[in-house]
Amino acid sequence: MNENIVLQVKGVNKSFGGVKAVDNVSFNVFKGEILGIIGPNGSGKTTLVNLITGFVKADSGAVFSEGTKLTGLTPDKIAGLGIVRTFQIPRPYHSLSAVKNLVVPLYSSRIMRTIGGKLGDRDTVALDILEEIGFERDAHVPYKLASAFSEGYLKRLELARCLALRPHIIIMDELFSGLSVSEIAAMIPLVERLQMNGMTIMMVEHRVRELFQIAHRVMVMNFGEKIGEDIPEKILESEIVKQAYLGVT
Amino acid sequence: MDQKIGRNERLDRGIKVRTEGIYAISSWKGMAYALLPTFSFVLGMLILPLIVPSMTWQRIMTISCIFALLALSFDFLAHFVGIVCLGGAFFTGVGGYISGVLNSAFGLPMVITIPIATIAGGAICTLFLIPCLPIRGIYFAIVSLMYPILFHRVIQALNIFGGTDGLPGLATFPNIWVELYFIIPMTLLFTFGLRRLVNEDFGIVLRAIKDNDQAVRASNINIAWYKTKAVFIASAIGCFAGACLAHLYGWVGLSLFALDFSIFPIAATVVGGAGTLVGPIIGAFILAPLSEMLRAFGPLRVVFYSLILAGLVVYKTEGLVPFLQRKYHQFEHWTEV
Amino acid sequence: MNIFIFGFVNSVILALTASGFALVYGVSRLANFAHGALYILVGFATWLFLNRLGINYIVSILLSIIIVSVIGAGIYRLFLIRVKGMPASEIIASLALGIAIMELFRWRGFISEAYMLPPFVKGSVSIAGVMIDWQRLIIIGVGLAMMCSLWLFTHYTKVGLSLRAIAQDKHASMMSGIEPDRTAVISLAIGSALAGVAAVVILPLGNITVETGYMVLTNAIAVCIIGGLGSWAGVFAGAFLLGFAEILTAAFIGPQWQMVVVLLFIILTLILKPSGLLGKQKELEERV
Repeated sequence: MNENIVLQVKGVNKSFGGVKAVDNVSFNVFKGEILGIIGPNGSGKTTLVNLITGFVKADSGAVFSEGTKLTGLTPDKIAGLGIVRTFQIPRPYHSLSAVKNLVVPLYSSRIMRTIGGKLGDRDTVALDILEEIGFERDAHVPYKLASAFSEGYLKRLELARCLALRPHIIIMDELFSGLSVSEIAAMIPLVERLQMNGMTIMMVEHRVRELFQIAHRVMVMNFGEKIGEDIPEKILESEIVKQAYLGVT
Repeated sequence: MDQKIGRNERLDRGIKVRTEGIYAISSWKGMAYALLPTFSFVLGMLILPLIVPSMTWQRIMTISCIFALLALSFDFLAHFVGIVCLGGAFFTGVGGYISGVLNSAFGLPMVITIPIATIAGGAICTLFLIPCLPIRGIYFAIVSLMYPILFHRVIQALNIFGGTDGLPGLATFPNIWVELYFIIPMTLLFTFGLRRLVNEDFGIVLRAIKDNDQAVRASNINIAWYKTKAVFIASAIGCFAGACLAHLYGWVGLSLFALDFSIFPIAATVVGGAGTLVGPIIGAFILAPLSEMLRAFGPLRVVFYSLILAGLVVYKTEGLVPFLQRKYHQFEHWTEV
Repeated sequence: MNIFIFGFVNSVILALTASGFALVYGVSRLANFAHGALYILVGFATWLFLNRLGINYIVSILLSIIIVSVIGAGIYRLFLIRVKGMPASEIIASLALGIAIMELFRWRGFISEAYMLPPFVKGSVSIAGVMIDWQRLIIIGVGLAMMCSLWLFTHYTKVGLSLRAIAQDKHASMMSGIEPDRTAVISLAIGSALAGVAAVVILPLGNITVETGYMVLTNAIAVCIIGGLGSWAGVFAGAFLLGFAEILTAAFIGPQWQMVVVLLFIILTLILKPSGLLGKQKELEERV
């Protein structure tokens, strides 16, 4: 049972001033699953992601990944352990081209350690990753400045940035937000393919319907607390969840 | 409704498009077009000392190089790493004093003092600036502005290293030609070295840190370490400039920490074009002679380039080099809409 | 006892000189590096009116303060408004302007000791066994009066309240109809006037020199950073801490170390506790 748990969150708390953003949240993530995290605005989802990935220090509680304590580590160290995240608002490196955007994670110590000199030219590896992710492999697209891409491409670039680090856990913070229905339809197979290749994925999402198409389990948050954790069908039926989203009936 | 509405359209020149990337070697004309800017810049720098009218002017060339190096270091940090360092005077002071003290107290010759001053000075300056790297940019700028003043006062108060009088009688360059043809090639070396660096993977990471440091952290990179390395490079260049200055005049004094050395590089960068690395060099070569010509007016020249700086910063001019690049690579014509 | 009294006076002096800078930063988030220049501008202008034009002292003072307020507002309206929001450019632009002004005075020869303003009341009085001149007492009086009137102004007048509103939450104030640009111009005018008031009461203690301008700027920055930006209590705390530190340094270590101590305090504060002693800004560290 324990070998299957890749991420353990135990009783984390975080307050900002007087606001309790994350209230005693605990859950486990199993290897190779897609765990969805949903909840109304302000329920603490992004703060939870920040806590797990080290961008925000927890007031109390701990996060473990396969024996290593993550709470207290800096974000770059956590990424070095193979736990990466996307940002809700894609933040590419505006002054660099798409290819060069990927050179950055390829320069990280995680990649240097595991691949070392066998990496070859980073530009070429970057082009490969971009092609995997859906960028056209031609003389123009990968070399466009990141600031020139549309939202759909930028989201893919975010994902590419994560994949370049060869992670085993990806936390996606609202990957589908800002995308059109067709763009989401194009992204879903990508996420599924990643999972089928062994990746563990946590998806914080607002687009519940699309999320439920691929998530194995779903966790619900409201006002910083975890109010539900089950398979999607059960969550849909749950009274507590309906109340959280729609208010008191 | 007879009004003709038009706009100024800018298109790449045909020759630029034809010489994109590898196609540059497809014709002699193409190669010439691609190489001309760099070639004329390098040639210009190397030939300039031979064509100026007098030795005073040659001395001005060397001073321009010193300021050019400071401007280069400022541009590199500010526009490729995102660190605004207002402490040019810190570098010249530390570099100059290390070189001067080594020469004066230990009799070490110039060939040894200058390299040591560059590396050791770079290390010392970096050490002092490291604690300030995590705090927000504006405070780093303030602290870097304060460091030279601090060192100035400490040296004055402790009356070490010659105190207020400074250390005279240092070794100078054997003659003006050695001076020129040491400093100018070194300047070119640093300029093109940095230009290369910012396009290498290491430089790409630095530029990424400037654009979005949180994303870089999320990519398993310790940004503090990279910033430190960048600051070391910039301060080493600045200390080199300071060390050369010491041996140029054969004298080090508290004036090496003057605010001049902090403000001038910024002015030169703004005039020449920020973010181009070559722009600051050209800017320095424009402003330094102008400022020397105004030397007779004393403090007025500081007024002069402070006002230029204020004006250019505020009116957000693009700088000389980007302007020239635009003219070279593109043509404009009026089209009707 | 000596130290206590002079330390107190020095602290009030620092608080006065820093208040203009703190106001502008608190309201518009603008670090006005031309503050020192505006300070000595008032001094020289008053001297000029008094000695070259033979205008009555009090009128000279009022005229200078008005002029410097206009210049301060002008600096914002013509220059700084175009770089608002880019802190590095703001510092560089205001620093460049400040240096231009100060060096202009240096060029015109305002560096010798001949430039002095007469104290308001000559002579000194003995308090608790310490001889203290009337001018210094006036400084304390003016300082306290200034603090009180600023407090009243920002709490009870419409303009003052709008300044506080913008300082607390720019966007909410904008939605309430307060224009940030107009407020910034006002804050710069008031900030310059404050510098002016500080200048006219403090400069009679010594000479007016260009170096004073640079020192005032450094001191103002020091007080604001050490005490913490964003609160008047911070300005007080910073001023008193620094004021006594300066006097103690001068007394026990040597006057030439004063500036060193000031600079060390700035650097140490920024490294150890960037928001200052009582500062309210928590976003000084890089964060997501």
